[in-house]
Amino acid sequence: MEPWWISLIKAAIIVNLVMVTFAYLTWLERKGLGRLQNRYGPNRAGPFGLLQPIADLVKLVRKEAFAPSSAIVIPYILAPIVSMFTALAAFSVIPWGSGWRIYHWNVTGEVVDVPISLLLVFALGSIGIYGFIVGGWASESKFSLLGSMRTCAQLVSYEVSLALSVLGVVILGRSLSLVDIVHRQGTTLPFVVPQFVGMLVFFFAGIAETSRAPFDLPEAEQELVAGYHTEYSGMRWGLFQTAEYINLITLSGLMVTLFFSGWHGPWNLGPLWFVLKLLGVLFGFIWLRATLPRLRYDQLMKFGWKVLLPVATANAVITALVVVAT
Amino acid sequence: MSTLKGFGVTFKQILKGPVTTQYPEERRPLYPRFRGRHRLWTHANGLEKCVGCSLCAAACPADCIRVVAAENTPDNRVSAGERYARIYEINMSRCIFCGYCELACPFDAITLGNEYEISEYNRDDQIYTKDMLLAEPVKKIPIEDPAIFDTPIPFYKSDS
Repeated sequence: MEPWWISLIKAAIIVNLVMVTFAYLTWLERKGLGRLQNRYGPNRAGPFGLLQPIADLVKLVRKEAFAPSSAIVIPYILAPIVSMFTALAAFSVIPWGSGWRIYHWNVTGEVVDVPISLLLVFALGSIGIYGFIVGGWASESKFSLLGSMRTCAQLVSYEVSLALSVLGVVILGRSLSLVDIVHRQGTTLPFVVPQFVGMLVFFFAGIAETSRAPFDLPEAEQELVAGYHTEYSGMRWGLFQTAEYINLITLSGLMVTLFFSGWHGPWNLGPLWFVLKLLGVLFGFIWLRATLPRLRYDQLMKFGWKVLLPVATANAVITALVVVAT
Repeated sequence: MSTLKGFGVTFKQILKGPVTTQYPEERRPLYPRFRGRHRLWTHANGLEKCVGCSLCAAACPADCIRVVAAENTPDNRVSAGERYARIYEINMSRCIFCGYCELACPFDAITLGNEYEISEYNRDDQIYTKDMLLAEPVKKIPIEDPAIFDTPIPFYKSDS
């Protein structure tokens, strides 16, 4: 067992790394989307536009964060903070290395190893939804309220499929701890092979859960008012956006951990494998955004309840039957 | 299956590479008869072609040209005609670059040039005086080879 201050140092490092990943994910997304659409993407700020995230941040911080006079102040200010906090906290249980022995302490490859870490991630994700709902509600604007209702309906209905899709992995990994699941994948094949259907369901539910194209109805910037963050501006809006992107990173990290054997890989590169796989999954999300058009709202609901949920349930049941039979 | 085909299509675009023109650095050549900022012309002997008849101002649909004429005197001879334009102003923020002034001018004194980068920080700077219009344009915009479009450059643009 490591002393508490090592966890604290690791948490500080991981939070900062995730923030940097977020900043450069926005760059990567704009750049990648540009290339996929025969454009350059940002290329003015610094070489290859690498300073663009910093310029964006400076602009957001300096922008006036005004609030509607009818807004309910405390929840209005608290909502983006809650979203941001849960998004960052969820990353703490994702293992990114095998652990090292530094001096005479054993440093593990995750901030904290909770025996039910998988449940913790989903629980934190559900609390994060409160940020979106409360934010829209506290703005006292009908468009924000409608937007938050839309977001809430989508997130709640896809959370079911998301949680059910990992049940197969839990059965195969025989644990709810992400560390144990990764260790088990080190000895056997990555769980994407036996759980390919589960991976697909997880991927699609994950897109909806992080509200990205083609399931980005909470925002739908081309056709609707921005959604739950209509009345937000400046860095408060930035916090919502950050929370959304960090949720995406966490979800990709979870996907790498659950289905692509986490930090395992040839030549024992450790965290590098995790980062490479993470980037691969993130590129998948960007690619998807460049390719598929947005769904209609009834199609979204139909897909969630009539396709993903039965498939996820069947996948879990069949996995259980196979595990019991063999 | 057709959805998966879409992924192939989008991925192929990466290999094709971007097609964006990086504007301030690379400029696409203009069509030879592109209508940009106006300019006034002088005769080879230095006299202005404009005689201050105000026909351009009358033809202007946007009402952006202001001409105040004055008589030429033997010791102050500005134009080749009887009168000259004492004030000649074009408000570029109102101009719609239709080229009617060019058509209306009986002496080909005013033509539309090829310059299109005429944005300013101040609205007042958009009002071009006669001196500014008479001067050679500072910015050089590349022009497409007129032969491609089979459009001879009008004589009044090539010689004065």
